[in-house]
Amino acid sequence: MLKTLCQIASIGIASEPPPQADESLRIRDSIQEHIRAVLGRALCIRHVDAGSCNGCELEIHALNNPLYNLEGLGIRFVASPRHADLLLVTGPVSKHMEVALLRTYEATPDPKLVVAIGDCGCTGGIFGESYSSRGRVSNVIPVDVAVPGCPPSPTRILQGILAAVADKVPANPR
Amino acid sequence: MPLQPWFARSEAHPGAPGLSALSVSHDEWRQVAQDVAAAGGRLLALWASSDQHAAPKIHAVFLAERGGLVLTLPITDTDTPYPGIEDLFPAAARMQRAAADLSGVRSRDPDTRPWLRHAAWPQNYRPLIDPLPIATAPQVDSYEFVRVEGDGVHEVAVGPVHAGIIEPGHFRFSVVGEKVLRLEERLGYVHKGIELRFTQLPILEAHQLAARVSGDSAVAFSWAYCQALEGMAGTEVPPRAGWLRALYLELERVANHLGDLGALGNDTGFAFGLAQFSRLKEQVLRTNQDAFGERYLMGAIVPGGTRRDLSRTALPGLRSCVWEILKQALTLRTIYDEHEGVRDRFNGAGRVAPELAARLGLIGLAGRASAQPFDLRSNLPCEPYTQLSVNKIVRSEGDVAARVAVRFDELQESCRLIQHILAELPHGPHVTPVPMPADGVIGTGLIEGWRGPVCIALEAGPNGTIRRCHPHDPSWNNWPVLEHAIIDNIVPDFPLINKSFNLSYSGHDL
Repeated sequence: MLKTLCQIASIGIASEPPPQADESLRIRDSIQEHIRAVLGRALCIRHVDAGSCNGCELEIHALNNPLYNLEGLGIRFVASPRHADLLLVTGPVSKHMEVALLRTYEATPDPKLVVAIGDCGCTGGIFGESYSSRGRVSNVIPVDVAVPGCPPSPTRILQGILAAVADKVPANPR
Repeated sequence: MPLQPWFARSEAHPGAPGLSALSVSHDEWRQVAQDVAAAGGRLLALWASSDQHAAPKIHAVFLAERGGLVLTLPITDTDTPYPGIEDLFPAAARMQRAAADLSGVRSRDPDTRPWLRHAAWPQNYRPLIDPLPIATAPQVDSYEFVRVEGDGVHEVAVGPVHAGIIEPGHFRFSVVGEKVLRLEERLGYVHKGIELRFTQLPILEAHQLAARVSGDSAVAFSWAYCQALEGMAGTEVPPRAGWLRALYLELERVANHLGDLGALGNDTGFAFGLAQFSRLKEQVLRTNQDAFGERYLMGAIVPGGTRRDLSRTALPGLRSCVWEILKQALTLRTIYDEHEGVRDRFNGAGRVAPELAARLGLIGLAGRASAQPFDLRSNLPCEPYTQLSVNKIVRSEGDVAARVAVRFDELQESCRLIQHILAELPHGPHVTPVPMPADGVIGTGLIEGWRGPVCIALEAGPNGTIRRCHPHDPSWNNWPVLEHAIIDNIVPDFPLINKSFNLSYSGHDL
């Protein structure tokens, strides 16, 4: 126990300040102007791997490391789409995952946001469309923000998430 | 019969060192497999291909003490199933089923259920052979899981969408109370047509797709691809390029082992471990970014060498990063070792006894934790591993604790190798041109990735095209063993046991 505490004390706080939202990543204006008024700063994310090579998952994992301090920003990953405000989807969407993705989308309560991650989620990437791939995520479910990169860095993913939830117009007071 | 006569009949095969190729008849196919099994060798990969006239062939890569054997069986009559080898190598069952799904070539073995095919294409469509894609509406297919019956037996179905940030797959547990009687896996959810996609890319550019077969093993797959291609083209890679590739491969191993060690601590409820190790992993990724311009080295290896040279100015950053990782990992290892709660969860969980591991053909990191002493870096070393003398890490307990210990030891060994490489890196060019291989030439690449041996089988088509490329992840061999590792454990230990193997879905589903 003493060693654990010493290690914690010697490393200190590793977290870095967050990046700015990147409005250039937004591809769809939606009903999300109320989301911050409704949710405050807390945002629950459900990740769905719809056919990725696992590269984007590594960076989503990295986003959860202490340097990015995600929970400090009020953002956390949840285990069920029914608890989620936002789906973080990596692709390309394989045909074998199409039904699962649609069901996950349907299980997510409204209003919901979808952020597609990675070149494959944005365009189908190197895998494209084929007998077993539907390509980009927006071919299957509506996408609000798409973050390119192979894989996009944790900072880019976070910028995309922030862009999806950032108010474009002032929220209605409630 | 000993293996020697088969090797005597075989021809040298381009790509990885120590490989020979042999074309056999229907009857000899099983005979060779029997002899390899009797000699304690193992099956690495099995797949089907077809030549320009759509005449199918079935291939297998076996690894034995004296080298690797690439076996080919031309199928003359497609209506007659070829002899299966599931009884000799249990891992062959799913590979044979996948070959039937993709190429329509069937074995005589009893399990005829589809494996990679769910509902995206009908049974009579052969994605790798039939020219036109078919349109299907999104649908769910039914799959015949093996039912366990008896008093109090119930099923727990998990996936394909899991509760964490993890790839999709389905696990069907048959349990009594909380004890697992049987686990049956169903994979293929992330099948995105990688093997067909290879045939649409120029042979000199498809290393980029190889790097994305399984994103966590980008270096291993892209190196294996380039090794096969360079062997086929007769290209000698400059020494500096080989050493840089080894540097990338060991950095990939370090990054993945750090990630797993953190996640394994977390799965025992020790969040401290995740915070500490994920911080260290991030340090490696950022050092990669500074030294090589990318965090995951997806584009670092190109045909003929490496994309970039390593600048002298990057050396101090790499050295201090590795030194810091080593120091921190040793501290954290003591903490894991002394933490009663962590030790309690690790010890004895998900045990695969050495005899079972040998029978089922467990390979790679998980194999070495169950006394299967095979590591390509020392058994069939390519350049520069011939000069690096890798210390092979082997344990015999076969439980989660052993797989953790192998990771700690390999992490330490990789840090040593990286320091050695940085000190001894030869001078000279880091890349050389690779000519287009001739139509019909075949080659095989074999690289020991962090998870285990990664294999790429490549066949050139006319004018710089690819006729067939089969990438093979060691997860094919180890997924079936996970079904055994969980037996008699409790369901809540599954995430921990699963993580201790950390097998690839994308690399398996293709």
